[in-house]
Amino acid sequence: MATVLETHDLTVTYHKRPVLYGVDVAVEEGNLVGIVGPNGAGKSTLIKAIMGVVPHSGGWVKVFGKSLKESLHRVGYVPQRESVDWDFPVTVMDVALMGTYGRLGLFARAGKKERIQAQEALDKVGMLPFAKRQIGNLSGGQQQRVFLARALAQDSDLYLMDEPFVGVDAATEAAIIALLQEMRENGKTVLVVHHDLESAKEYFDMLLLLNMRLVAFGKTKDVYTSELLQKAYGGRLTILSQVAEETAKQPEANH
Amino acid sequence: MSLPWDVFGVDATWMLLMAFLVALPCSQIGSFLVLRRMSLVGDAISHGVLPGIVLGFVFTGDLASPWLLVGAAVSGILVTLLVELIHRKSKVKQDAAIGIAFTTLFALGVLMLEFFTHGNVHLDASCVIEGQLDRVIYYPDWVLLGIAVPEPVVTMAALALCTMILIVVFYRALLMTSFDPGLSASFGFRPSWIHYGLVGFLSVIVVSAFQAVGAILVIALLILPAASAYLCTHRLKTMLVLAGVHAFLSSWLGLLLYAHLNAGLASAIVTAGMGLFLLAWLVGPVDGVLMKWLARQRAVAENQRDISKNVSERNE
Repeated sequence: MATVLETHDLTVTYHKRPVLYGVDVAVEEGNLVGIVGPNGAGKSTLIKAIMGVVPHSGGWVKVFGKSLKESLHRVGYVPQRESVDWDFPVTVMDVALMGTYGRLGLFARAGKKERIQAQEALDKVGMLPFAKRQIGNLSGGQQQRVFLARALAQDSDLYLMDEPFVGVDAATEAAIIALLQEMRENGKTVLVVHHDLESAKEYFDMLLLLNMRLVAFGKTKDVYTSELLQKAYGGRLTILSQVAEETAKQPEANH
Repeated sequence: MSLPWDVFGVDATWMLLMAFLVALPCSQIGSFLVLRRMSLVGDAISHGVLPGIVLGFVFTGDLASPWLLVGAAVSGILVTLLVELIHRKSKVKQDAAIGIAFTTLFALGVLMLEFFTHGNVHLDASCVIEGQLDRVIYYPDWVLLGIAVPEPVVTMAALALCTMILIVVFYRALLMTSFDPGLSASFGFRPSWIHYGLVGFLSVIVVSAFQAVGAILVIALLILPAASAYLCTHRLKTMLVLAGVHAFLSSWLGLLLYAHLNAGLASAIVTAGMGLFLLAWLVGPVDGVLMKWLARQRAVAENQRDISKNVSERNE
């Protein structure tokens, strides 16, 4: 199988403090990869560095065997939902159309073909009836679906998604994961930053365990071991699960 | 009430046209400033360009020299670089960095102004604060198609046209980098280049508007039309058009006010613009207070209808 994404010794520093150290990974075609790790592990930074949104201070990235610049049209990036202003005066359709802008470049106009593409993408995520709505009037889950539609309209071969499951309802989460699996069936490669260790086991074929350094990368069943998880999350894992359990119990206690 | 045409005759037309030609490019660039949350940067630049203007003036001795625009664009970009330098390299946050950069550059500009132009009346402090929009008719004329047009009107018309062309050409770049810098960077659209391009062009506009409305009121011309339009629509293109409409209406109403009060044309325009903003806020078609109140009343009424329907169904 062809290697879609390869990083070597990828290092990122913020204010002279390293946040990501020497990450070496090679992702093969047709995989659904979850990037997991504790808060501040550099999960988002990793995909931002791959996309060149933040500069890396060392190492290199190869996409489809070439530099990112040469393969840019084959890569789709889905930023965190919170990274944009949802009061911005654009409609759902406008946002979906943005997916085609990368291909069109700065000056070519979006034609009928692009509009159809955007419509199909919206239809796929169940947002076509909302096409004319301003994006601020949507729920969190709907906003995430619009972002996903935009990514679909990009029609890329490799997708990098930053926390697509944050703040979405259960129905949207299920719809997104079904869509991601369908994309994988169609030979696309998808990397997803994910914060919920519990569901990560079911959602992804492969896991990339990160804590500033690469802890492990491989098939989910090989990586999802208490030994490796402990290594990534350190002592904090038990605390985290205790906190999670407690908050999960709270709503019941209120009844 | 005294109408502008009764008071100033045909000159009123030139004043209105000049006011609109200053307000229009400001309203368009200002729309993107508001959307990018860069309104304070507009403020910073309007003051920070002063040293550039003074230097350009000192070297050329001419307020209409194109070198002033170059000087302004350079010092405008310098202000933004200084802001970023301060907030990246020190612990000081961005808003404080803006506060430092533009006030000190403005102070530097005032010092240079007083030092270099002792007794020179062409660039005085009141002009910096208030501008001299009403003096447009005293400038030499250009004869275009047999009509004598005051020179500043010709310059501003050219600049307004440039602005419109640039906005149309770079519309997608502006939209994408304003809405989602991350995605546009991944498209290779270079958000930072667009940022500095916008800042540089903003400086040129601010300096051109500077003579007409001064360094302080120009901020109002940048922000008021954009903010009013923002409250009236959910589409970017409509917002740009509405900001232009606001620019025209506030020029027109400002001139009426000016003729009536016979005091500060630029200030009258800004005051009129504020009136329009209040109008948009209260009775604007999408985000107006009245519309929201009506929508809430409708929702409540619908709810009650549903409840009474449910109750009557259950009773049957």
